[in-house]
Amino acid sequence: MAKTKDVKSSVYVSMRGITKAFPNVLANDRIDLDIHASEIHALLGENGAGKSTLMKILYGFYRADAGEILLRDKSISINSPQDAREHHIGMVFQNFTQIPAFNVLENIALFLPDLQPVYKQSDVEERINEVSIRYGLHVDPYAIVSQLSIGEQQKIEILKLLLSDAKILILDEPTRVLAPHEVDALYEVLDILREDGYAIILITHKLNEVLACSDRITVLRGGEVAGTLLRSETSEEKLVEMMFSKKLVDVQKTEQGVQKISDTPILQLAGIETQGEGNSTSLKNLNLEIHSGEILGVAGVSGNGQKELGDVILGMEKSLAGEKLFFGKDMTNRPIGDIRRNGVGFIPENPLLMASIPYMTVLENMALTNTWRYSQQGGLQVDWEAVRADYQATQEDLGFPFSLYTLPRSLSGGNLQRMVIVREMTHDPQLLIASYLTRGLDVQSTLAARQALLKACENGAGVLLISEDLEELFALSDRLIILFNGEIAGEFIPSETTIYEVGHLMTGSEVKYVAER
Amino acid sequence: MSQNDKNMLKWNQIFQKILDSAARYLMMGFVVLFLFGIILLITGKDPIQSYKDILTSTLGSQYGFSEVIVTMTPMLITALAVALPTRIGLINIGGEGQLYMGALLATWGALTFETLPVWALVPLMGLLGIIGGALWAFIPGILKSLGLVNETIATLLLNLVAPSIVAYFVFGFWHSPMDTNKTPNFVDAAQLPTFFNSRIDLSFFIALVLLAIFWYLMKYTRWGLEMRAIGGNPQAAKRNGLPINKYWVIVLCIGGAIAGLAGAAQVSGFYGVLLVNFSRSLGYMGFLISWLSFGDPIGIFITSFVVSVIITGGNMLQLTIGIPYAVINILLALTLFVVLAKPTFLKRITI
Repeated sequence: MAKTKDVKSSVYVSMRGITKAFPNVLANDRIDLDIHASEIHALLGENGAGKSTLMKILYGFYRADAGEILLRDKSISINSPQDAREHHIGMVFQNFTQIPAFNVLENIALFLPDLQPVYKQSDVEERINEVSIRYGLHVDPYAIVSQLSIGEQQKIEILKLLLSDAKILILDEPTRVLAPHEVDALYEVLDILREDGYAIILITHKLNEVLACSDRITVLRGGEVAGTLLRSETSEEKLVEMMFSKKLVDVQKTEQGVQKISDTPILQLAGIETQGEGNSTSLKNLNLEIHSGEILGVAGVSGNGQKELGDVILGMEKSLAGEKLFFGKDMTNRPIGDIRRNGVGFIPENPLLMASIPYMTVLENMALTNTWRYSQQGGLQVDWEAVRADYQATQEDLGFPFSLYTLPRSLSGGNLQRMVIVREMTHDPQLLIASYLTRGLDVQSTLAARQALLKACENGAGVLLISEDLEELFALSDRLIILFNGEIAGEFIPSETTIYEVGHLMTGSEVKYVAER
Repeated sequence: MSQNDKNMLKWNQIFQKILDSAARYLMMGFVVLFLFGIILLITGKDPIQSYKDILTSTLGSQYGFSEVIVTMTPMLITALAVALPTRIGLINIGGEGQLYMGALLATWGALTFETLPVWALVPLMGLLGIIGGALWAFIPGILKSLGLVNETIATLLLNLVAPSIVAYFVFGFWHSPMDTNKTPNFVDAAQLPTFFNSRIDLSFFIALVLLAIFWYLMKYTRWGLEMRAIGGNPQAAKRNGLPINKYWVIVLCIGGAIAGLAGAAQVSGFYGVLLVNFSRSLGYMGFLISWLSFGDPIGIFITSFVVSVIITGGNMLQLTIGIPYAVINILLALTLFVVLAKPTFLKRITI
């Protein structure tokens, strides 16, 4: 059964010089990637490293600005997922594309390229059974999809690809939604597929996964290839080092000039617990303090409780246990308006959804966090002149010019982020929660935003900086905590730790190690 | 760009907008008249003559015109009762129930304090109407803010309850010696003053004032700003510190209060007596009007006016050329249908 594993001769598909730019971001920068038959190739990198973009180009979702794709040394053009499927390339997305009300057989039949106008269910069933037995992908063809577990739905996705004759399978973070035993089962399936000559590409940012099942590993960083390694040649340390390189950040924190506004911590969380619903993470026994003039960095792979942490401080999320103190005063589960009036600014990770009203002008949006401050005659009028003046002052400080009379829904992501930053920096916040502060910003705006953060600190504010950008966290934070699975997995002073140690904790490998010991 | 140029540009845009919407509404009018003309032809009536009759009987005479105003008055108010909650994203289908509860409390006031002078009794009835409607809307409001029941369903279901409560009080306690389904006629002091030798009463002017207040509130005040924010993106509004649960309850109560006031005005002005099932779907009509006009005060006024012309004119047609009232309902339904189809269908034709 085992095929030759001669690396040189079996290049199946290769991507050459792939470049793709989005507004403000170079997502892929001259990427070369070779995928062999009979291998599991892991594509590793942080969020935003360009993994998904690269694979979406291969699957025909995006078109590359430059570069070519070779299939068995012949140049091919892939302009749509249909093209990709004709070249036997298939992709399993993070959000499955199944119709919940249909049964498994119907869902798979829909996807078959050679389905007859009048088809025999028994034929399809036979084909499903043939493949599913061979690869250990057992599902009941007549089960309704909405009643299946996520793991089973994933099996159906893979079955769909196999039945439609895909030879190159792209899996986008396949283990994100799976329970541990389902992960093991998936690995077994992948092993059999590999032996049958399939090429499998795993998009992931989890190290243990990469080391558990892949043959080769390509690490992407900031849209470029940081290196391609055989699994046997590598180690966790090496991969972490490749994933999070050190780049120079121009903004540095200075110690002098901080005016403390209070000796008691601005914010104290003691034993905070939340219950996450649906996709959100539950926070478990969270303790932290933010002092005046301090930046507390929060590192972690997204979805490990960062959003919930910001929300619980703001009051968006109810805490079931524990205490939240502002300047020593108990503010647990108080309304958001009260928290805001205590000088809390909030820059969320999704400014369009979480911070702006798309159909109100920028000026009106500017007034929203402070309507009480701008209202005149008991609210009968709004002092728009004051809003304008405040905006002018802050935006001149930051150097973020944009029109006050456009609608946020027509602003680009970066401009929207600027709008929110300007708004939240107005009126000298005493506590600033900044999630992904620089997401979507160009280099200059990034620097300005970071400078603004430091300036707020110098004025005595405390800052909670949530980010996945470790360089940013190391450059700006006074202290650093790492969130993993809703818990604080570690707390450091940046100068006393390394980016690698933090990377380990972010990916959960250290936690696992401790647990096993 | 100078301030002047900006203003010019702004006015040009506004002018263009007005032209566009005028063209669109004209187009809609033609579609409705054409479709209804076919129906009239089928029933063997002359469409041109019928349209003429509708217009002369409503807009052509002083009496007819005043009847149109009388018909549109409660619609203006109930439409406002829907339009206000809509601005914060609440769907209040409960205008009908709130109207009944307002009428109920106002009637209680009229029957209990008969001896008060008119300047005290009428405002008291208005206040009671407001309280009745507000209390009735408080139920869905508080349920919504506790995250228990969707306000759309709650307000809709309460519509079934309120008329029964009214019926219970009328049949059980308040009916006049002669009739079982209505109260005795209110004393003069409990009746809204009328104007111009017609049935137009004070509530029409109250409705206009309320519309103006609504417009000012939404456009210029802090509360309007906050409400628009909540309607535009509740999540962002909440994160920005706006108390959206409080707003839900209060605004729904104000909506109910307005509908309740319409109820009080109906019993105090239009009828001068409380009838079981008096409303003829005024609350639902307000809902339709509010949605057809996107909750815009001027739109509410125009739409109410058009609907009232159709209803009053239809009543006349029924008397003069013997068209069954069901056919008038078809005309109304056609109008609503065409207006509702406007965003997708007619836009394509006119622009």
